Amino acid sequence: MTNVNLTVNGKPVRRDVPDTTLLSDFLREDLRLTGTHVGCDTSQCGACVVHVNGKAVKSCTALAVSLDGAEVTTIEGVAQGRELHPMQAAFNDHHALQCGFCTPGMIMSGIDMVNRYRAAGKDLDAETIRHELEGNICRCTGYHNIVRAIEDAAARIQGADAPAHAAE
Amino acid sequence: MTEGIGARVKRTEDRRFITGKGKYTDDIRMENQAYAAFVRSPHAHAKVTGIDRSAAEAMEGVVAVLDGHQLTGDGIGNIICGWAITSKDGSAMNMGAWSALATDRVRYVGDAVAVVIADTAAQARLAAEAVEVEYEELPAVTNAEKALAEGAPQLHDNAPGNLIYDWEIGEEAATDEALAGAAHVTELPIVNNRVSPNAMEPRSAVAIYDEADEHYTLYTTSQNPHVARLVLSAFYNVAPEHKLRVVAPDVGGGFGSKIYIYPEEITCLWASMKTGRSVKWTSTRSEAFMTDAHGRDHVSKARIGFDTEGKIVGLKVDTIANFGAYMSLFSSAVPTYLYATLLSGQYDIQNIHCNVRAVYTNTVPVDAYRGAGRPEACYLVERLMETAAREMGADPAELRRKNFITEFPHQTPVIMNYDSGDFHGNLDKAMAAADVAGFDERRKEAAARGKLRGLGYSCYIEACGIAPSAAVGSLGAGVGLWESAEVRVNPVGTIEVLTGSHSHGQGHETTFAQVVADRFGVPLNSVSIVHGDTDKVQFGMGTYGSRSGAVGLSAISRAMDKVEAKVKKIAAHTLEAAEDDIVIEGGEVKVAGTDRKMAWHEVGLAAYTGHNLPPDMEPGLKEGAFYDPVNFTFPAGAYICEVEVDPDTGVTEIVQFTAADDFGTIINPMIVEGQVHGGVAQGIGQALLENVVYDDAGQLLTGSYMDYAMPRAWDTPFYTLEHNTTVCPNNPLGLKGCGEAGAIGAPPAVINAITDAIGDNDLQMPATPQKVWRMIQATQTPIAAE
Repeated sequence: MTNVNLTVNGKPVRRDVPDTTLLSDFLREDLRLTGTHVGCDTSQCGACVVHVNGKAVKSCTALAVSLDGAEVTTIEGVAQGRELHPMQAAFNDHHALQCGFCTPGMIMSGIDMVNRYRAAGKDLDAETIRHELEGNICRCTGYHNIVRAIEDAAARIQGADAPAHAAE
Repeated sequence: MTEGIGARVKRTEDRRFITGKGKYTDDIRMENQAYAAFVRSPHAHAKVTGIDRSAAEAMEGVVAVLDGHQLTGDGIGNIICGWAITSKDGSAMNMGAWSALATDRVRYVGDAVAVVIADTAAQARLAAEAVEVEYEELPAVTNAEKALAEGAPQLHDNAPGNLIYDWEIGEEAATDEALAGAAHVTELPIVNNRVSPNAMEPRSAVAIYDEADEHYTLYTTSQNPHVARLVLSAFYNVAPEHKLRVVAPDVGGGFGSKIYIYPEEITCLWASMKTGRSVKWTSTRSEAFMTDAHGRDHVSKARIGFDTEGKIVGLKVDTIANFGAYMSLFSSAVPTYLYATLLSGQYDIQNIHCNVRAVYTNTVPVDAYRGAGRPEACYLVERLMETAAREMGADPAELRRKNFITEFPHQTPVIMNYDSGDFHGNLDKAMAAADVAGFDERRKEAAARGKLRGLGYSCYIEACGIAPSAAVGSLGAGVGLWESAEVRVNPVGTIEVLTGSHSHGQGHETTFAQVVADRFGVPLNSVSIVHGDTDKVQFGMGTYGSRSGAVGLSAISRAMDKVEAKVKKIAAHTLEAAEDDIVIEGGEVKVAGTDRKMAWHEVGLAAYTGHNLPPDMEPGLKEGAFYDPVNFTFPAGAYICEVEVDPDTGVTEIVQFTAADDFGTIINPMIVEGQVHGGVAQGIGQALLENVVYDDAGQLLTGSYMDYAMPRAWDTPFYTLEHNTTVCPNNPLGLKGCGEAGAIGAPPAVINAITDAIGDNDLQMPATPQKVWRMIQATQTPIAAE
């Protein structure tokens, strides 16, 4: 057991966890933040993507004890109260989800993607989005509407010159 | 109306999913939760000669280690296949015994032999590794053709030669005669590759036994919780139906794989009774590859004959279907009544004969996967049509048109009676949208860039709206395939619809509410859809076979008829008018041609106060219905795929995919398009990437996403979609169904496009770069020849 202190969705969290606990299990089982999903055991599917210190991380690849002092954002921490993040709104607008299981990971990857390309001043076109989604598998949507949603969210965020919180 | 039938309404269920508030089975955790881990066979075929549990039992947190002898000793019944197929010699199918936990023999890698229940999931997994099972290995066979061969390892004593059934349909002599007289015969070996469904949510179960009431609750990843309860009660003897509640909460995709009741769910329920703890099990992805029912795996020889005019004179098919180690719930129906009955395709074919042999092998059981039998039929027919056109020097579209069925109803020689359709119209729309006229130019332009460009067609038809109960009963089904619904209008006028259909991505909470809002003129947000809980919904047969619209919504429609009739009676009584003069419009119940009216909620209130109802009328406003369809429905369409193959690498890029579908009435175009996108992507996956591979010893080589190629975003294109609607004449809303079309229609379009590009018809799925590159090398197609 190791004591870890971290910030999850803006709230301080302090827990004793076994050294073998994955961040995904820590979030789901210890914090009961079950929006982060586990869809595989080889770090391929991306359903468990969260943000650690502002960057997308597959939470099944990180040990909770290695994250002492880190800031973690999960799908539950993306909306501002009732107000959806533009990426969440775009997923609803474009029917970019069906069963919803891969969706939290898709949204977290989408936000990260938009943030990175925005910071680098680079365009995020459909072709680029498809390659950036390398680590996220969806079995329902055929990706068409996911790509469209991320394109649209990128445009909304750029266009609105979004305040810091909207892009997290 | 903006929220009714035909409106592109955004999904109301989305909010919980995009905010991380979905409630899937693995998200549920009971007080005093215990966890199950299964001890699985590492061998494809072996005798179990002993189990030593002592080391595992002594480990920290272990509650119990249970095996198959205890399970069968407690009277838990064998897992069954619910559809009886009779061989052509009149004999019954040979169903081998399948215990949820194997007792003396294992027949595939992953076959469960014991279960460990522990305080934590990690403790259970560790202890499962410590259970020592003694095996005596037996020779294994994984390939269905080899399993039929003399001297092959035998799986079940009651299935000599590993043969489950040898079944036929159609007239063999007449078909042989027609083919003998044909001006041209095209012959192809067709392999429909084995795939793994891979719903993104792995299977999961939380079983709770309440000793005081001798009552069980099972939360599980099911497409049909009532069927699960029925089978768990009637066949597996877990508990009688009134002592068993099955809940399928949010379910993360199914594609067929969550229809069946697997060993793990049965074991969790039983283990919960044995241990007095709530027992939870969630599959890892590796376990999912090993234990979720696979799909397809057909090997066929097919011959199609044409007369001098290009009219089809006969089709003869011989198919071997790999069933895996045991017969899964609906396995027997897939390569028979869901496959051979669709071999007429969209064509007027007078002579068809199909023989199917179903075979045991040392692999995971095979059952329905998105499309179930119909993709195998479509792939076979459409590969044949395209190949025949090339052999005869005909235009593939024209050859199809020459043979299209144009009058309905149309009786095929293989049971199905097509009720409606417009096959020329579908193909017209697809060809226009795909700009087939401009293809030659595009091909030249691609050749200039060193790419091989090809175009392939697929004109699919499927039988959905499964299914008329009496018809399927006469064909061997163990259940009726109706659907049930209940419509409850509350005293304040809001409406709850309870349906036996189950939504695991299809968007029923939105589309079903649209139909209700449309009918009664109430706002969408005053309607809620309740599903997935046997304690709430009276009964249901669940969601598969594109049946939720055609059957499930028809049941809701019938229940709404009854509600409407009562509403009109109440309004007529209150407003002192004749019932026939009452109309329901825009949330009001009016006397036509007058200003006399009641608000919708006033009728609801009147029904529940009961202060002033017509004589003899019972209070309340709640009606139920069971709807049994009179026929299958027949969605059909034309798909056109355009590819570019890089001759240097063999890599295929899908540059354009066009789908023109006839789904009958469309309730929400946005959701229907989403279903086509997803289905086509699965079809592209099967055609280009996906393949389950066992080695000869029966080890699963494609056991994770590292080895099994799932379609990713860069593997798929943006899809171009068209609709060409002919209304289904046989159900109240004119619905045909849209859930499986993409997976059925896409694979032959993709392969036909690649074979067009590389100039070689002998290509089997998946068309991996290596395979395609080798074919290009073998034929040495010079770019200049393009």
